[in-house]
Amino acid sequence: MHAFNYHRPSSVADASKQAGAGADVRLLAGGQSLVQAMKLRLSAPSDLVDLNAIAELRGIKSDGKTVTVGAMTRHAEVAGSADVKKAIPALAALAGMIGDRQVRNQGTIGGSLANNDPAADYPAAVLGLGATIVTNKRKIDADKFFKGMFETALERGEIITQVSFPVPKRAAYVKFKNPASRFAIVGVFAADTGNGVRVAVTGAGPSVFRQTDMEKALSSKFDPASVANVRQKADGLNSDLHASAEYRAHLVTVMTKRAVEAAMK
Amino acid sequence: MATSLIGARVARKEDYRFLTGAGQYTDDVALPGQTYAVFVRSPHAHAKIKSIKKDKALAARGVLAVYTGDDLAAAKVGGLPCGWLITGTDGQPMKEPPHPPLAQGKVRYVGDHVAVVIAESQSAARDAAELVQVDYEALPAVVNASKATQKGAPALHDIAPDNKCYTWALGDKAAVDAAFAKAAHVTKLDFVNNRLIPNAIEPRAANATYSRAEDSYTLYVASQNPHVERLLMTAFVLGLPEHKVRVVAPDVGGGFGSKIYLYAEDVVVTWASRQLGRPVKWTAERSESFVSDAHGRDHHTVAEMAMDKDGKFLAMRVRTTANLGAYLSTFASCIPTILYATLLAGQYTTPVIYCEVTAVFTNTAPVDAYRGAGRPEATYVVERLVETAARDMKLDPAEIRRRNFIKTFPYQTPVALMYDTGNYDATLDAVMKMADVTGFARRKEEAAKRGKLRGLGYCCYIEACGIAPSNIAGALGARAGLFEAGEIRVHPTGSVTVFTGSHAHGQGHETTFAQVVADKLGLPIESVDVVHGDTSKILFGMGTYGSRSIAVGGTAIVKALDKIIAKGKKIAAHLMEAAETDIEYDKGVFKVAGTDKQKMFGEIAFAAYVPHNYPLDKLEPGLNENAFYDPTNFTFPAGSYVCEVEIDRDTGVTKVVNFSAVDDFGKIINPMIVEGQVHGGLTQGIGQALTENCRYDPESGQLLTGSFTDYCVPRADDVPSYRLDTRETPCTHNPLGVKGCGEAGAIGAPAAVMNAITDALGIRDLPMPATAETVWKAIQANKKAA
Repeated sequence: MHAFNYHRPSSVADASKQAGAGADVRLLAGGQSLVQAMKLRLSAPSDLVDLNAIAELRGIKSDGKTVTVGAMTRHAEVAGSADVKKAIPALAALAGMIGDRQVRNQGTIGGSLANNDPAADYPAAVLGLGATIVTNKRKIDADKFFKGMFETALERGEIITQVSFPVPKRAAYVKFKNPASRFAIVGVFAADTGNGVRVAVTGAGPSVFRQTDMEKALSSKFDPASVANVRQKADGLNSDLHASAEYRAHLVTVMTKRAVEAAMK
Repeated sequence: MATSLIGARVARKEDYRFLTGAGQYTDDVALPGQTYAVFVRSPHAHAKIKSIKKDKALAARGVLAVYTGDDLAAAKVGGLPCGWLITGTDGQPMKEPPHPPLAQGKVRYVGDHVAVVIAESQSAARDAAELVQVDYEALPAVVNASKATQKGAPALHDIAPDNKCYTWALGDKAAVDAAFAKAAHVTKLDFVNNRLIPNAIEPRAANATYSRAEDSYTLYVASQNPHVERLLMTAFVLGLPEHKVRVVAPDVGGGFGSKIYLYAEDVVVTWASRQLGRPVKWTAERSESFVSDAHGRDHHTVAEMAMDKDGKFLAMRVRTTANLGAYLSTFASCIPTILYATLLAGQYTTPVIYCEVTAVFTNTAPVDAYRGAGRPEATYVVERLVETAARDMKLDPAEIRRRNFIKTFPYQTPVALMYDTGNYDATLDAVMKMADVTGFARRKEEAAKRGKLRGLGYCCYIEACGIAPSNIAGALGARAGLFEAGEIRVHPTGSVTVFTGSHAHGQGHETTFAQVVADKLGLPIESVDVVHGDTSKILFGMGTYGSRSIAVGGTAIVKALDKIIAKGKKIAAHLMEAAETDIEYDKGVFKVAGTDKQKMFGEIAFAAYVPHNYPLDKLEPGLNENAFYDPTNFTFPAGSYVCEVEIDRDTGVTKVVNFSAVDDFGKIINPMIVEGQVHGGLTQGIGQALTENCRYDPESGQLLTGSFTDYCVPRADDVPSYRLDTRETPCTHNPLGVKGCGEAGAIGAPAAVMNAITDALGIRDLPMPATAETVWKAIQANKKAA
């Protein structure tokens, strides 16, 4: 790890000011991706602005219609929250599937979304539920947040403060894990929002995306059989050591079927 | 003691320190004036080194030295030696290209050592390593052994322009060809035994210090065999007398073979410690382990079995291309030859066998022994072939095995080994019962209702442990002996320290060896400690590999114990005023035959050290004996495994749902430790079959699976709860009747898993590892064919 300057602000305003101070300043949330990259010397920020002392960024609220999760809330907190389990069990289950125990106790929802790893789990829930990402500057629709591989709509100095998830009628997340990393080779979040169906796919492409053909098919009938013959095109999907684009495309259909099946239980 | 400690489930003595963080590993050793080494490694698979500029690195804060291959050459530091000379079918010795600890002129794999930076801190050394400027001229690379021998392939070494280290053969080719000509049926398979990366939990590490006062070196190193490390390093590389070098392999966190070898880093830190007059420590990062530890397997094989109309094996013909990597690692040459072709008879009476092996240099990390070392590759060949032959012949796979089992012992195979004992029907009977083979059809039907494809596969493996004897191994090219040494030091108050040349890095020797000694001397196990891993404490040692510790190291201890007891009888005879021939000994009690006179072991020990009433005119005081043991033969553990898998048709995911293993390890000292060894071995074997695969980019030669996010070591949830049992035919040529158990699981599991998968899919073959996508593609191909 290279040397860096360390800041530990106690307010979002201070954090934002410090984060905007230079091109190589990075925000530190749970550190489950950034710190690893720094240890491998793949990332060498000049400054780290640690968000862990900002109390207002943590916590979960639920009012029956919306579940709001503070950006610095750990995956384990979401996975274990009685409120989340009651309102959006699929979200709690997804959080419980991220990484391993250590990662879940350290990693945060804000960190995961800001990083936008193509195989991360949270983006599937955020896009699949049509959540709203709240920052210190504005509110961003999920559909406008994820811009590409490790790219988001966030600007320099902009800090995610919370994420609000509308409570769906029913939803489920099914993940086909990379056996080595346990990241998603394909993860599908399917939600019957009560106001249409959303299907978000992570792991398969350069960034999370909505599978609109499947959404359409499911909107007429929310049933696994509706998508059994809906094919995902392999073009543009990820192809690597662990899965070819063709295999990932096939898995999108299988995982969507299974997600719908699980949501109906 | 009333009950025997041999065969008892004694809790491991060493676990308290390991589980409470009191273990002392090489990286825990901190010496006054400690400095830290970081190696600059090649980012290219193959390149000329045009120049190396050290000045920026040398000017960096905290940097003490930067050395390159030129510095070592100027100091006359030799190359890393290979411990086994193979002579080819052409009568020529194998090609042994120079293996400099730091590259000279050329790098030959990604991770090859280019320079070392030594600094006051680890981070200073790392920072400075990035400042060493190496100007490379990249060359074309080849990573696949079969491609490396083709015309026009880039040549790694001047002395091997075709990249061939040797072509070697075993068996009677003419007799095999004749048998094939007469065969009613021939089953043929063409497959790859996938390359594996060992990944011990403790990365390699070395910490060397030089004492000007004594003109001597001490090297702490994560090694499986400190004496061998010392011998190779002093005699072949540094030109130092052995008595001036102490090698300590303290607690070592796993090896699986990868810590047998003398590595460049060990040599460089030892040499540098004298240059700097300060201790130099290097500890691998996990990323370095992936690129620089010796890898395992990587064979391409075409194998054929000739049979008569009843499925009786007539002959076997095997051609293998083995990837040795860029340089010859310490025992690389004997793995795909002496430890591979000799095992091709398996458990069967195949009368003639011919095996030809071409060993090839490629732009990859060196390949050497990895848990099983040649025997997993041989078992995979035999057991995939036998199962496929059964399917070809429409015979039950158990039945074809029984028709060909060796039933009388000793048995001379056509591939040089003489099996002393075994009972293959017994283990097969037991495992079939345990696995409920008769209920399989019902389970398959039930699984089909859930959309799952269920398959069952066998593997009846044999292995050869405790490689021996030294004179025969020498005739076959070994450049070292293969005995073991042990010492029993009885203390005046009757407690005992055992010194062994075996080395424990997870095997639990401190418990098993203590059980043997405590049992024979009638002592509580707490009164016996086992010391290993330090050349200044242990008289000599060949170390631990090839499941040799209990069979060879354990026997050396027993022989030393025999001497202790023999001397004890003389002392007892004197104390009880009886004839020595009248003294009977059993578990710590010396008795005068036919009387009630007796002396306990502790009394004898005390008399030996406080010799007031003692036959000083005839007998030296003290009670301390040592022994060297060179076995007369290998031992031959064998067993039968049954694996059952379920495959998800939609995704290709394979789950091992049942795994039953019945092993014959001869006599067992501690069943709990044996079960642990089998669990670990099976898991590594299942890993090879389902998840593990080392891959290099075929063009650039970059390691693609260089971290745990891409190289998949099996996790607990990838394997089932194993069903284990044992049968026992004691080894006939060592006093404990033991055979060894460390590698069996890794040897037998891959074929059992792949036989089950091919059974489930109804296909002939599938490359390992059977990843979900590989299996899914096979299912798609099946659908198309149908």
